[in-house]
Amino acid sequence: MVRIQDLTRISAYEWEIPKSFRNDMRVPVRIFSTHEMLENSLDDRSLEQAINAATLPGLVGAVTIMPDMHQGYGFPIGGVAATEFPNGVISPRAIGYDINCGVRLLASSIEAEAALPYLEMLSVRLNQLCPSGVGTDGIVNLALPELDHVLKEGSHWAFKNGYANETDLRRTEENGMLTGAKPEKVSDRARKRGKSQLGSLGAGNHFIEVDVVDEIFNEKAASTMGLHTGMLAVQIHCGSRGLGHQICSDYVQEFQTAIQRYGIKVPDRELVCAPMDSPEGVAYLGAMRAAANFAFANRQLLAHAARQAFVDVFAGHFKDWQLHQVYDIAHNMGKLEFHEVEGRRLKVCVHRKGATRAFGPGAPGLPPEYQEIGQPVLVPGSMGTASWVLVGTRTSMLRSFGSSCHGARRVMSRSQAKKEIHGNRLRLELEDRGIHVQAGSMSELAEEAPQAYKDVDMVVETVTKVDIARKVARLMPVVVIKG
Amino acid sequence: MGFNEIKHTADWALLIWGENIETLFKEAARGMYALMSAQSSQTPRRIYEFSTYQTNLESQLVSFLSELLYCTEQEELIFDSFYFKLSDGGFAVKMEGSNITSIQRQIKAVTFHNLEIKQSNQGYQVEIVFDV
Repeated sequence: MVRIQDLTRISAYEWEIPKSFRNDMRVPVRIFSTHEMLENSLDDRSLEQAINAATLPGLVGAVTIMPDMHQGYGFPIGGVAATEFPNGVISPRAIGYDINCGVRLLASSIEAEAALPYLEMLSVRLNQLCPSGVGTDGIVNLALPELDHVLKEGSHWAFKNGYANETDLRRTEENGMLTGAKPEKVSDRARKRGKSQLGSLGAGNHFIEVDVVDEIFNEKAASTMGLHTGMLAVQIHCGSRGLGHQICSDYVQEFQTAIQRYGIKVPDRELVCAPMDSPEGVAYLGAMRAAANFAFANRQLLAHAARQAFVDVFAGHFKDWQLHQVYDIAHNMGKLEFHEVEGRRLKVCVHRKGATRAFGPGAPGLPPEYQEIGQPVLVPGSMGTASWVLVGTRTSMLRSFGSSCHGARRVMSRSQAKKEIHGNRLRLELEDRGIHVQAGSMSELAEEAPQAYKDVDMVVETVTKVDIARKVARLMPVVVIKG
Repeated sequence: MGFNEIKHTADWALLIWGENIETLFKEAARGMYALMSAQSSQTPRRIYEFSTYQTNLESQLVSFLSELLYCTEQEELIFDSFYFKLSDGGFAVKMEGSNITSIQRQIKAVTFHNLEIKQSNQGYQVEIVFDV
């Protein structure tokens, strides 16, 4: 049981659990949080999970926890952990079930005020063109050999097949394709689940949202990204669907025995792992990259469908109805990157579970137009509340392995939300506030109600105070599509 | 034997109990289908066989429930009758069921989160957390 007095206060927004707190910790835990948010975190097991995560072999620096932390499976959501390549471990749960769950942001030059009469029609058209909900097939149904191309090429497969443009690729993390994907390390089960799901949103907390750019905080960065006050933008939040879940489940099951072979002790069986240079570690890394590529292609196909909805609704009414990609970023991912740790430049696997990459200006891998401003960081809020666009900083490279927060923090259980909130009533309340909602299930809508989450604004405030990201723009929703 | 839903911040969780391992596994299946609000056509009847060999009971349970999830998604089947044949390190199960007519909620995965099959006065019990 962790108590607030077990933590060392570094500043009003930064805390540490020292390595000496528990014998099996290999590195300290560094937490970005306010005192109030930290106290709330004591209600679940997120801090205990962070301490458990700090026992993984090969860790360097500190396990870093973002202010939107909450309890996950073995590894806390909002956690970042870097293990040294090649002997350190890779842990599937420190990346997550939904491999490369992430967010894509598209900007437009359509004035929200002028678009008001068309928004309901837009919500219907988006819902028709972007498959969502339980058991729904995707935009394309692939033959298994074609699926292998998606697993290897990600968004580049979408480009070759007419679903993407060059800007989309340039403005996607890793250009929408992780090299080193190994489709042959993906099980038949995972492939079968994936082949019919490409271009689908799924259910749970995934969504497509049309927003208004409500306020700009950094004119230069916003303008570079194509974000202007009062204009419509689109966010797409989803991941690798059943394929990614199956890969994670397969390897967590396999790693239950792998840890015994490598003599690794973990305090929670959800934290099972394997050395990156072991056959099991190499296989998982290859399969995880394949799932990540599937997710990049998935969001790309949904973006293509969203563009079609904009054409169908706005063409002829507005001079420019195009949707331009701002960025696409993962928040469940394991990546091999170079970072400076205690004066040494190390190749590490950065596990980000519910945390986004947040590279600062001049970092490798950013498109030329973002070199000066830093990488866009997309932080969706809970349904009906603000979302944020931030940029990464040079500080994040030094303090959080180039990472930042990923969203709002869940505080109410799904069963409690379902009891307390009526889906239909919530929908009417949102409609009263001018937010058009399309949802496959009213009970799932209730589970994702804004009341179930802590406000994202305080999360954003915290990451800006510790300077791992800076504010660019705030978005407010006008259309929500839920599975 | 039976199951109850328990509180979990981000996901769904069940407390399951049964007088023996077979009953515990059957109740886990029933509980998972109840969380999904899964309904079936009852007829025609379909038979499906599955076996798993894992180092411990918890891994066997996750493997079994994961197979059922796979069947809901890919085969569009849910089962109401289970005939287990236990052996060292695993089991084979013959299941009977029918086609799904509706599912209200998607369960994406079965987790090992706090998963421990314990002996109790009623036989065995376990808490299972599902990723949704």
